[in-house]
Amino acid sequence: MKNNPLIFELERPGRKAYSLPDCDVPVSDMATLVPSEYLRKSEPALPEVSEVDVVRHYTNLSRRNHGVDSGFYPLGSCTMKYNPKINEDVSKLPGFTSIHPYQDESLVQGCLEILHHTGNMLKECTGMDAVSLQPAAGAHGELTGLMIIKAYHESRGDKNRNIIIVPDSAHGTNPASAAAAGFSVVEVKSNERGNVDIEALRSLMSDKVAGLMLTNPNTLGLFEEEIEEIAGMVHEAGGLLYYDGANANAIMGISRPGDMGFDVVHLNLHKTFGTPHGGGGPGAGPVGVKEKLAPFLPVPVVEYKDGKYCLDYDRPLSIGRVKSFYGNFSVVLKAYAYIKAIGAKGLKEASEGAVLNANYIMSKLKKHYDLPFDRKCMHEFVLSGRKQAANGVSTLDIAKRLLDFGYHPPTIYFPLIVKEALMIEPTETESRETLDGFIETMIQIAKEAEETPEKVKGAPYKTVVVRLDEAGAARNPVLRWRGKEDDICQ
Amino acid sequence: MSRYIPNTPGQQDDMLREIGLSSREELFSDIPCRLRLSRLLNLGEPLSEMELLKIMKDIASENSNLDEYACFLGAGAYDHYIPSLVGHIISRQEFYTSYTPYQPEISQGMLQAIFEYQTMICELTGMDVSNASMYDGASAMAEAAVMACSAARRNKVLVAKSVHPEYRQVLKTYGHFRGIQIEEVGFKDGLVDLEELENKTGSDTAAVIVQYPNFFGNVEPVRPASEIAHKNKALLVASADPIALGLLEAPGNLGADIVTGEGQGLGNPLSFGGPYLGFFAASESLLRKMPGRIVGQTVDRDGRRAFVLTIQTREQHIRREKATSNICSNQALNALAATVYMAVMGKQGMRKVAELCLQKSHYAYNSLIGTGKFKPAFSAPFFKEFVVKSSVPVKQINEKLLESKIIGGFDLSKDYPELGNGWLVAVTEKRTKKEIDEFVEKAGVL
Repeated sequence: MKNNPLIFELERPGRKAYSLPDCDVPVSDMATLVPSEYLRKSEPALPEVSEVDVVRHYTNLSRRNHGVDSGFYPLGSCTMKYNPKINEDVSKLPGFTSIHPYQDESLVQGCLEILHHTGNMLKECTGMDAVSLQPAAGAHGELTGLMIIKAYHESRGDKNRNIIIVPDSAHGTNPASAAAAGFSVVEVKSNERGNVDIEALRSLMSDKVAGLMLTNPNTLGLFEEEIEEIAGMVHEAGGLLYYDGANANAIMGISRPGDMGFDVVHLNLHKTFGTPHGGGGPGAGPVGVKEKLAPFLPVPVVEYKDGKYCLDYDRPLSIGRVKSFYGNFSVVLKAYAYIKAIGAKGLKEASEGAVLNANYIMSKLKKHYDLPFDRKCMHEFVLSGRKQAANGVSTLDIAKRLLDFGYHPPTIYFPLIVKEALMIEPTETESRETLDGFIETMIQIAKEAEETPEKVKGAPYKTVVVRLDEAGAARNPVLRWRGKEDDICQ
Repeated sequence: MSRYIPNTPGQQDDMLREIGLSSREELFSDIPCRLRLSRLLNLGEPLSEMELLKIMKDIASENSNLDEYACFLGAGAYDHYIPSLVGHIISRQEFYTSYTPYQPEISQGMLQAIFEYQTMICELTGMDVSNASMYDGASAMAEAAVMACSAARRNKVLVAKSVHPEYRQVLKTYGHFRGIQIEEVGFKDGLVDLEELENKTGSDTAAVIVQYPNFFGNVEPVRPASEIAHKNKALLVASADPIALGLLEAPGNLGADIVTGEGQGLGNPLSFGGPYLGFFAASESLLRKMPGRIVGQTVDRDGRRAFVLTIQTREQHIRREKATSNICSNQALNALAATVYMAVMGKQGMRKVAELCLQKSHYAYNSLIGTGKFKPAFSAPFFKEFVVKSSVPVKQINEKLLESKIIGGFDLSKDYPELGNGWLVAVTEKRTKKEIDEFVEKAGVL
């Protein structure tokens, strides 16, 4: 059996893919410019390959990858919606790509305008008063928001608030971000409806609580119905309420975190606002805050003064910078184009469509899979593979079997509070026909799990590789190529 | 209905009916009425593609883009040439519309590309292990400080003042909230002051951070700095320019324990500051303390070589508040661009680019000094960027240059007032002799 070659294994010394002009300035002896101790003694083992080699190699690799354009991608909490092509075109305009971040403000008014307007649009979407576009991803936004919360309490001399409460259904980034911002993490349990247990939360309230992080709808895809009471309770105890915007695709134009009582919000532009996920990034995680927290936003903030856009660095209470420059600008740019393209009406239709599609699949699958929280869902829902597990077929097996039908599996084994969890988020950009095809496949797999469990457990059958030895990978880490192998495939 | 929603209103009505609902509003009945918006958001009407494109082109034209200017501005973001095929490869939908490769069977493309990326970063930096990328050079450096403190079980970090000011600001932010004490070490003749470093490094120091080449473009003495760090059982963190590493000795061979840096120069456009990528590499012993995704090689059920996300017990989705970092999404597509860039350049190409930068920047430097209007700020060796001092404010020179469609260097007067009218000039392989000559001529007039 032949392995798919690595770029290094395609090397033929003497080949080249680069083209550079000759040096057109007088050449000095290298040794007179840099002390020899600081010159490389050996070359880095980068490949010597031709341009065609590079193109074929990475084109071949791309064929071994599933994207949203390849097919349905119902990965829960990731909002894998269609990424409009026009936004890619827009982001490639030289007037946006060929701009140095330190060019004088007068030369980058267009970029600043995009940042300022996007900030305003996100304020309107979330009901917040001020926004920073600096954070590079959702988790980075969380970290930034939590630093703002800490800085706020500290500025009031309230220095003992070192606890952040997160629900047991929270994304892993929530507790990790809280720890990275220097907080202790306390977990609050969920009730039988899949929401935060109010009484449990009440018992955790104290003058040590800095804030509560919530995803709403939560990771079960359920709206926290008692959000107003929760907000009241947290505020009364002197804490602040943080909104994890990973699931914001459910509520755009429907309801706003600011109106629910949240003080800090992050949004994932690569989820809700249609920018591509890039194989794991770049995303963007803008943070919105209520007025009283605005002084703590990272510097710089884009302002509009006297008919001009400018960068305001003079913010003495700011937490400082969390990233160089101004954030993932071209991601912000694509989100701006997305909002402009569909407008207020389209944004609301997107959330309605996302919620409808999720409820549609849920209602068709609940006869075949266990549905731990049988109530209306928002943009996603969580099934349990318990029934199938009783027959020896795990959720992992179900996920792998889906691969044979060309679907990216749902998020699995998350949230942690549901056994054998399958978290399904279809998004609004999928047609009824796509949903019906997926539903049919899921029903077939449920049937297979009952009648021919071995078939599901042996899946997948059609992928380029099958069931990797993940334990072996972690036990004996091979994290880089080290030299030619025997079985190189050409 | 919005053009990105395939279902027709009629189909949606059918679907609602089939699941026992009579209206769209009913989908949201779990949201208390008081919290439901009774108006449309104030975001304007939808636009057709034609209208959108027109608006976006108009906004773009309010910027002065470098296709029409000769750029001598660097300071952490560089106008390097991007081979044509980089854009073509990363525009393949299979890459850019996918997400984190959780399902390895249908993500081998991205996983293998990251494995190649990790290999290339290790080769350039001279380190054992690399992660799959960080947000940018600044946050990568801050995360290195956090990791060093955790590894050394110490709480103090020394950072050279010759490190990029914004990187130090990010470090300060990360450090403040983690309870890490940050102290700066001054510079002498444009290089970290080794004597001051020696005095400040002690048994409480977790890490010493230098930039290589530093913010001024000078080649920092990484080896002596690492010796000082190691003598005190502290780690040496180098924030490196990957383009320089085509020619300059790998920090790993000079004693660095962690090498981070900004990968923008490797095939990523300037894009007003982002998205770029931070790279993060370390010695083997630090592997299990590293932040972020890491891809490993393994075999599949049939014995085929395959790639998978690995050593995940460090990460937030498993370890939650005990994770080594909170990072989840990184800058995968930018890392892919860097991978393709390095594959195109190969070992010779990387060296050639670096040589062109070195030669052209020295030509520009000598020419500027030759005008008699500029004085050297330092005598230290530099790579593609250098500092000269002017008798007139830098702002004035840069404004003058603009008239000739030249973007001048970075004005150091705010971040380093002690340098007077310090001007940080970057010269990449893209600058022609003609452009440099004109730049020098116009700058020398004032």
